[in-house]
Amino acid sequence: MTTERLQDPGTADPVDRPSAPRPIRSRESLLRRQRAATAGKHLGLIALSLVMIYPLVWLVVSSFKPNDEIFRNLSIFTTNLTVENYVNGWNDLQFPFGVFLLNSTIISVGAILGNLISCSLAAYAFARLRFRGRSLLFATMLATIMLPVQVVLVPQFTIFKELGWLNTFLPLIVPKFLATDAFFVFLMVQFLRALPNELFEAARIDGAGHFRSYGQIALPLMLPALATTAIFTFIWTWSDFFGPLIYLRVPDKFPVSVALKGFLDAQSSSDYGSMFAMSVVSLLPLFIIFLVGQRYLVKGIATTGIK
Amino acid sequence: MSSLEELRSIALSARRSGRKVKAKAPDNRIAFLFLAPWLIGLIGFTLGPMLASLYLSFTHYNLLKSPLADPPPWIGLGNYSKMFADPRFWNSLRVTVEYVVVSVPILLALALGLAVLLDRGLRGLAFYRSVLYLPSLLGGSVAVAILWRQVFGKDGIVNAVLGLFGIDGPGWIGDPHYALGTIMVLHIWTFGSPMVIFLAGLRQIPDMYYEAAQVDGASRWRRFRSITLPLLTPIIFFNLVLQVIFAFQTFTQAYVVSGGSGGPANSTMFLTLFLYRIGFLQYDMGYASAIAWFLLMVIAIFTAVNFLLSRFWVFYDD
Repeated sequence: MTTERLQDPGTADPVDRPSAPRPIRSRESLLRRQRAATAGKHLGLIALSLVMIYPLVWLVVSSFKPNDEIFRNLSIFTTNLTVENYVNGWNDLQFPFGVFLLNSTIISVGAILGNLISCSLAAYAFARLRFRGRSLLFATMLATIMLPVQVVLVPQFTIFKELGWLNTFLPLIVPKFLATDAFFVFLMVQFLRALPNELFEAARIDGAGHFRSYGQIALPLMLPALATTAIFTFIWTWSDFFGPLIYLRVPDKFPVSVALKGFLDAQSSSDYGSMFAMSVVSLLPLFIIFLVGQRYLVKGIATTGIK
Repeated sequence: MSSLEELRSIALSARRSGRKVKAKAPDNRIAFLFLAPWLIGLIGFTLGPMLASLYLSFTHYNLLKSPLADPPPWIGLGNYSKMFADPRFWNSLRVTVEYVVVSVPILLALALGLAVLLDRGLRGLAFYRSVLYLPSLLGGSVAVAILWRQVFGKDGIVNAVLGLFGIDGPGWIGDPHYALGTIMVLHIWTFGSPMVIFLAGLRQIPDMYYEAAQVDGASRWRRFRSITLPLLTPIIFFNLVLQVIFAFQTFTQAYVVSGGSGGPANSTMFLTLFLYRIGFLQYDMGYASAIAWFLLMVIAIFTAVNFLLSRFWVFYDD
């Protein structure tokens, strides 16, 4: 296993194999061996973490370097720091970068609202109601999670084009209000099933209908699942490139993902500093969500096996 | 339980019970209300468009014409015969399959290896998990794909490190031999999310199994081989199936790293990117629909093969 390889050969006692019968005196050497193995593990993990994170750290540091120094000196240790890339980058594209940030925010908030409402309604039905065809519909819902988007792409595009919705945010928001992100229906079903039945029974005996029981029992208790849904929806919508690329063709409607591409198209300028600075700006909301919502992220991934 | 496990158990119970007498379903009407948004979405945005794109794949559909005023002419298997005669299509298929077949197993092996390493009382688990997970969260963004172009550029970090060992690295992104490799590395870099799933799975394995094995004098490797691995096979399997399905749909990274061209020399022309260029740059939506359906079939075949092979290596406790 990897631990054995990571371990410094000098500290390991090659004679002391765990499968061999052990004399009493080797207790100490066993302990020493374990400690060395743990230290080796940590060393390896720290090295790996550094390799994984280095490109991101380099991106952030480079965004504060003068343009001519970014590739001349690849080190992340530098004293020559400046914010000029941020000032330049903000106004480098057809519109100030704030426009793109606002567009991304509008689309994300719309998508989050849509997913929270529509997915929780569907999840309540699947988890708490008995109706004809439930298994079949539930299986269909699960299968759509795995359906590649490309196979519905052309007709969806045609629908939105015929509705006159091109160059609006509607194609990116309206489907969310119709629970097309079935992942989250599933996530919420899992959560609702784990709630004690007695709560809902008590409400029913008190004469609460299903809509009240949905609004006053299910929703408040589902808060963690709703948070997970909101966080994942935000991350996916904020990073989404394909949807905006095909539905939004006018620059004043671009979200940050498509706007950033503008730096690549205008490559003759080779203004890497501005590109890096705005890349950092675009990643910042994701990073903040990562710091704040980690607990929900980890739980969400673990319970549904989503990306 | 993952979505796939759930599907499997529905299928199993359907097979077991056969067509049983329908249970009473008292909530039909109210359930319909709760499900209404989802049902509209399912029919209007998923099942309907699926059938429509199947139909369109047999027509000559130009995006610039309205399909209602001017119905696209039926051309039978025209788009498919064009596709099978198109060397660009075969190249895209090869690129995509190569990408999936190489990067997914490496990604999962890394995810599993690190999950095992982090499991059971290693101090700092939360820290390592966060750091290793962060790339998964950012990996789908345009910003990271832009960063990747620089990291693997002629003057990038990778070549700087190679330079320390006296190796003069190529411009990875601009070289048809390596460009696809850089996108694979980007994908492998996001092993954090399957790792988190594996960690959750490892936590389900009761400690007593390991204790018993230790009493019997089983070595670390033996314990991994005989306890961890068999008990984890269902999770490995579900991760594999889902990662393969998702990897086939990679678009953003290929688009941004190649600057939208699928280059150099079409070496990063994924099927999704090919489809986008045919449909949205050349407006040949009939052909694009045919490619989409072919992609669906490829994914379905890979998934079916995965399920068939799972009989030989996946261990179910139920």
